[in-house]
Amino acid sequence: MTLYGFLFYIVAAIIIGSTAMAVTRRNLVHVVIYLVLSFFGTAMLFYLLGAPMLAVLEVIIYAGAIMVLFLFVIMMIRVDSLEEVIPPFRQRLPAMLLGGLYLGCALLMARGTPGAGASLPLLTASPKELALYVFGEHWFTIELVSLLLLAALMGVLNLGRMKADEAGKEKSA
Amino acid sequence: MLTWIAGFIVLVVKLVAILFFLLMAAAYLVWVERKFLARLQLRYGPNRAGKFGLLQPLADVVKMLTKEDVVPDGADRVIFRLAPAVVAGTAFLMFAVVPLGRDLTLFGRSVPLVVTDLNVGLLFAFAMSSLGVYGIALGGWASNSKYALLGSIRGAAQMISYELSLGLSIVPIVMLAGSFSMVDIVNAQKGLPFIFVQPLAFVIFVISAMAETKRIPFDLPEAENELNAGYHTEYSGMRFGLFFLGEYVTMMVFGGLVAVLFLGGWRGPWLPPFVWLVIKILLVAVFMIWVRGTLPRVRWDQLMTIGWKALLPLALLNVIVTGALGLIMSP
Repeated sequence: MTLYGFLFYIVAAIIIGSTAMAVTRRNLVHVVIYLVLSFFGTAMLFYLLGAPMLAVLEVIIYAGAIMVLFLFVIMMIRVDSLEEVIPPFRQRLPAMLLGGLYLGCALLMARGTPGAGASLPLLTASPKELALYVFGEHWFTIELVSLLLLAALMGVLNLGRMKADEAGKEKSA
Repeated sequence: MLTWIAGFIVLVVKLVAILFFLLMAAAYLVWVERKFLARLQLRYGPNRAGKFGLLQPLADVVKMLTKEDVVPDGADRVIFRLAPAVVAGTAFLMFAVVPLGRDLTLFGRSVPLVVTDLNVGLLFAFAMSSLGVYGIALGGWASNSKYALLGSIRGAAQMISYELSLGLSIVPIVMLAGSFSMVDIVNAQKGLPFIFVQPLAFVIFVISAMAETKRIPFDLPEAENELNAGYHTEYSGMRFGLFFLGEYVTMMVFGGLVAVLFLGGWRGPWLPPFVWLVIKILLVAVFMIWVRGTLPRVRWDQLMTIGWKALLPLALLNVIVTGALGLIMSP
């Protein structure tokens, strides 16, 4: 086995192991840590496949921004009260069915797609080439997505305003 | 195979040199800070260990290493022990993309004076900086103490808020240089350092960097008069030392980033390139210390207002103006 393959299997084992731990742990803070480890492993895998840009974005966006927000919320609420809640069977059954369906689809795709072993040339491109391609070919999609984010942003702003107004009324009353 | 081994040896030498430099520099930055701050406050500062207290950092290292390493009873033991290492480790890793000088020529081969010249170098530094938040957040949470938890929640909120203006303030620099690579950015400042082209970006970056390092006036996560010591209240010995080290290495790294992005990196007349870089890093660090000696701590709502309502819109405006000017002026 080459050094490359050796590293690949180590990183892959880290990803699968930490994801499995993330799914099974009860302590939510531990879940976040394992998930961050899994994202970090994915970033290393991207780097190993020759896509440093994607690796760095994975760390900045998923590990560095989204999971920090998760952690932030978890730290603010009481974690220990959540630990005792075990979801009932009727909630677990659909989850299992959907999970199985997803696994089946993924296996079919992995078997059926030719050239799945090769990394995408676009993803290994330099930041400049990637940006030119994305904003040259798919500018409309980008604008649509940003509009969606803007809508979410305005929704949050509105919710915050409503809360602030209520608090103001209570104070004056 | 021989080339491979030679490359490996060069890499290890570079790593060891930079690690040694950063550790010594961080230790003596503490000395500079204590001495300079003391003069600002009409005191003498450390002056017992060695001439001018020059051996004080070494004495502090010995003290921290030999102190008892206490883990509180209710703490999450594993996370409590790992958190300081995350803070120090991510701070060290950020320095991997800072270029230290012109390419050297050794035995007919050119050796770049940077650990790794990633084509996404700047983004790598930001990725490491955003991972550093975990050390603060988890360290405070795992301590299982009210002060520490409050400190770490403040720290996480502050760091993710100022990361935005920090990241956006350098977009114009990337536009001007046309690359994320630190080496290319330094090369793009051959004529004029970017501080003259992008003064607004420089101001936003420096203020955000001070908030990222959690120093006065932005030291709410460890505000000693309300939270004891904030997120590292429960830490002792070298684990506390790692938090401390992380803070000073981060100061050096942000000094290095300011030097590379705005002050022309290792470029400068007469003196060797590396000396110039160190001078520029020290200038930024001394500026941060001076600010600490001058300004009071901002209030919590003021901190958020500065970040979200002043720096972020200004940074966005700067991006738009730079982009528009670039479009108009390009042939």
